[in-house]
Amino acid sequence: MMDQGARDKTASGQEVSREDELNEARRAFMRNIAAASVISLGGGLTLFTVGGSQAQAKKPEEPLDPKKRWGMLIDTTKCSDGCQKCVDACKQENGWEAEPHSPHDVQWIRKVNVKDPATGFMMSLPVMCQHCANPPCVDVCPTGASMQRADGIVRVNMHICIGCRYCMMACPYKARSFVHEDIPEEKKRFHAPMGKGCVTSCDFCAHRVDAGKIPACAEACPEGAMLFGDLNDPNSALSKRLKGIPSYQIREDLGTDTGIRYTRLP
Amino acid sequence: MKKHFHYEYLQSKVGYYTALGGMGVLALIGLAAAYYMEHHGHAVTGMTNEIVWGMPHVFAVFLIIAASGILNVASIGTVFGKTPYKPLGRLSAVMAAAVLAGGLMILVLDLGRPDRLVVAMTKYNFRSIFAWNIYLYNGFFAVVLLYLYTQMSQDFRVRRYYTAAGTLAFLWRLILTTGTGSIFGWLVARQPYDLAIFAPMFIALSFSFGLAIFILLMVALMKGDERPLGHGLVNRMGRLLGVFVAAAAYFTVVWWLTDLYAAEHRPMVGYLFFSGNIYSWLYWLGFMALGTIAPLFLVFSRSARTSFKPVVTASILTVLGGISLVYFVIIGGQSYPLVLFPGKQVSSTYNDGMFYSYAPSLPEILLGLGGMAVAVAIVLVASKTLRILPTTLADAAVDPHLATGEVAEMKKAA
Repeated sequence: MMDQGARDKTASGQEVSREDELNEARRAFMRNIAAASVISLGGGLTLFTVGGSQAQAKKPEEPLDPKKRWGMLIDTTKCSDGCQKCVDACKQENGWEAEPHSPHDVQWIRKVNVKDPATGFMMSLPVMCQHCANPPCVDVCPTGASMQRADGIVRVNMHICIGCRYCMMACPYKARSFVHEDIPEEKKRFHAPMGKGCVTSCDFCAHRVDAGKIPACAEACPEGAMLFGDLNDPNSALSKRLKGIPSYQIREDLGTDTGIRYTRLP
Repeated sequence: MKKHFHYEYLQSKVGYYTALGGMGVLALIGLAAAYYMEHHGHAVTGMTNEIVWGMPHVFAVFLIIAASGILNVASIGTVFGKTPYKPLGRLSAVMAAAVLAGGLMILVLDLGRPDRLVVAMTKYNFRSIFAWNIYLYNGFFAVVLLYLYTQMSQDFRVRRYYTAAGTLAFLWRLILTTGTGSIFGWLVARQPYDLAIFAPMFIALSFSFGLAIFILLMVALMKGDERPLGHGLVNRMGRLLGVFVAAAAYFTVVWWLTDLYAAEHRPMVGYLFFSGNIYSWLYWLGFMALGTIAPLFLVFSRSARTSFKPVVTASILTVLGGISLVYFVIIGGQSYPLVLFPGKQVSSTYNDGMFYSYAPSLPEILLGLGGMAVAVAIVLVASKTLRILPTTLADAAVDPHLATGEVAEMKKAA
C-alpha cells in the first residue's frame, strides 16, 4: 500500500512515490556496481568488465544536458514574514542546522527581511545561491572546485576544494558558508557534500533535480511561491510565467544573470 | 673603473645562534598553532562566515607585498644602475625569496584543507587571479634564483646575463604585486574593494614595506656581525623610504576620495575611514600618523645624516603602519556588509546588514609570527652558508660620493 504522504513532486509536476524512488535508487546502485567493475586505462582502453555492458557502466556518468538551465521564480508577494518552511525543508534535506546569528554555522538558504527606510515598506524573501550564469565564485576559485554544471547549477566540488574561501569573498549574495568544524555523523548526507575545511552552498538539490524532482525548498513552500524549472525551455511552466510578468534579480547591476528571479524586490 | 665587492659568510657567534634558535622556536610554535587550528577546524579561530580571512591573511599579505618590495633594492642597483645599491643585490634577492616563503607558509597553513596543497598545484582555473598568483609566486622563486645565480656565478658567461635577469626579476615583481592587489581590486561585489587602484597601491606599498624590512635586517646583520656600515648609505636608503612611504599614502587617499565621490559608496567610506571605529583609528593613527608622517619626519631630519636611529625607527614605524593598513584593508573591508538591496535596511538569521566584528585568536597570531620567523631564519641560514653579505658597506667602499659632501660636513659638525 502506497503511503500518500510519501509523495514528491517532479520538475514537470508529476508525483512519485517513495517506493518508486527506492526502486530507482536500487537500479542506480546496480549501475554503479557495474560501472565500478570496469577498469579503464584511459584513452578508451578497457582492461576487462564484470557484469553489465560498457554502455550501462557509463550511464551514471551520462553528461548533463547543456541545453537546460535550471532556474526558479520566487513570488515574493506570497512570501510571508514569519514563514521558514523553505529554510526548514532545506535543513532537513541537506542536513545542516544553524543557530540564528551563529558566526560559524552553515546556511544554504535564509529569509531576509528588507525595509525601505524612506517609506517604511517591508518585505521578506528567501535568499540562497542565485545560480548565476556568470558566477563570480566560479571565476575566482583557483582549483575549479567552485563549478557550474552544464545545466547551470552552481555548486562546490568538495573533493578539490582547498578551503581558501575566495569564493566567499567574491559571492555578491552571501550565499556560501565555510564548514568550521566536524559535522556530526547523524547530520551527514551523501548527496549534500559538506566537510570540515571546505566551502558549501545551495546546489538546487542537484540530487533531486537529477532524479527528476524539484528542490526541497520549492516543494515545501505552502504558498507554491517557488516555481522551479528550465529557463531555456520556452514551454516550461517557469518560462511561460516569466514571459507574462516582470521579474527581477538581486544586484542585477552586477551582470551575473542569476538563475533565481523574484516577482518583486524592495 | 668597475667596482668589485667582497662577500663573506656570517661569523659563528653566540648572537647568531641565539637569533636562529629564537626564530626556530617561533616557527615551531607557529606550526603547532596551525596544527591546532586544522585539527579543531576554524571554529577555534576568530574567523567567521563573514570575516572569512583573518589574522593569518594580514600577516601573509603583508609579507607577500613586502617580498616583492625587498627585491627592489637589487633592482635599483641592477636595472637603474645606482652604485650604492649594487653590493646589496645578493642579500636583497635572498631576503625577497625568504619573505615570500614565510608569507606563503602562513597562507597555505591557514587553508581549510592544507593537505590538498597538491590539488592547488595541479588543478588550475585560469580565470582565477588566485590561480595566476600561484604561478606568479612559483615563478618569482625561479626568477629570483636565476637572478641570484647570475650575481654569484664566477663564470663570465653566466654573469653577462646579470642585467637581463635583474630586469626580468623587476618586471616579474611588478606583475606579481599587480596580481596580489587584484585579489582585492577585482572583487566586484564588495564595496570597499572593487577598484583598479588596488594594483598600483599595492605596488607602492610593496616599495615602502620592502625597503623598511630590508633596512632593518641589513642593519641587524651588519651590526650583529660587526661589519662597517656607512651613515651615508643608510641615510640615502632612508630618504628613498620617505619617497615610497609618501607614494603609498597618496594611493590610499585616492582610494577613499574616489569612493567618497560616488554616493553609493559614501556610507562605506564613512564607516571605514571616518566613524571613529577601530578601522578608522588603524588607518589614521596607525598608517597615516605613525606609518607615514612620523617616518617622513624621521628620514628627512638632520639627525638621520649622522645616526642610524632615525632611519631604523622610521623603518620600524613603516612596518607597524603597514601591518595596520593591511589589517584595515582585509579585516575592515570584510566588516562592511555586502549590499544586496542598496538603500534598504536588511536583517536575517545569517547576519545580513550588520557590521561584522572580529577578534583575532592567539593561534592565528602565532601562525603569523611563525611565518615571519621562518623568513628571518632563511635569511640567517643563507647568510651563513652563502656569500651574500658584503664584508663592508662603508660609504667609501660602496660609493665615494656618499663619503664626501654634505654627509661628511654633517659628521664634522657633529
